[in-house]
Amino acid sequence: MDQLRRTFLKSAGIAGSVVVAIGAGLLKSGEALAAAWNSNAFTAKSIADAMSAAGFAGATESKDIVIKAPEIAENGAVVPVEVTSSIPGTTSMAMFVEKNPTPMVGSFEFMAGAEPYVSTRIKMGQTSLVRVAVKAGGKTYMASKEVKVTIGGCGG
Amino acid sequence: MAGEMKMRATLQGDVAEVKVLMSHPMEPGTRKDAKTDKLVPAHFINNVVATLNGKAVLEAQWGGAISKNPFLGFKVKGVKAGDKIAVNADDNLGNKFNGDVAVG
Repeated sequence: MDQLRRTFLKSAGIAGSVVVAIGAGLLKSGEALAAAWNSNAFTAKSIADAMSAAGFAGATESKDIVIKAPEIAENGAVVPVEVTSSIPGTTSMAMFVEKNPTPMVGSFEFMAGAEPYVSTRIKMGQTSLVRVAVKAGGKTYMASKEVKVTIGGCGG
Repeated sequence: MAGEMKMRATLQGDVAEVKVLMSHPMEPGTRKDAKTDKLVPAHFINNVVATLNGKAVLEAQWGGAISKNPFLGFKVKGVKAGDKIAVNADDNLGNKFNGDVAVG
């Protein structure tokens, strides 16, 4: 019963943000809903706003999220980041770079069979915390790692 | 060329480690062209779906902060040799890209 209510609230929230996105002209009405791109989260200018738009407000720190990234990245345009969550029931993960102009980098939903692991390469404008937030069993967790950047990767 | 996708899947026990390399400019829309001093329009892959034998296993949403020529690595359990892993990606301009690989 409680679960059903949660699911309903969640989908209502998603539908709401799609309507906002269409209203703002960011989405053409035809292409919505396949996987509604979370423009609110991706355009947010602060990590707090981005995390909250992505559904990770109030995430608790966890040592069970391991972020593998270089201590020092010479080229901010290509920073390899590998994340593993060992929190049971991890269903999704999102990456943020605190000091990027728009901190949200990407989000990943794990379905049947996928392990809570992602490896990718991200852009960093300057030395910053890289933060990963995770959803598991209806709760949210996060971990951060600082990466020092020698040459920023936002100016291309 | 935008859209080319290279994929590799290696099996360890019943876990496939999949590596995908896509060629795409991943322009965030906030970068200025050094010559014209004008903003380079946004052009980035924003949705990625990976499937195992046609069933979705991973759905990703990306912004312009994923590096140019994106790399994506992920792991799928319960896989056997010969299973098909496919990746479909869309960019913000509506272009569609896809690739697939047989786990070997």
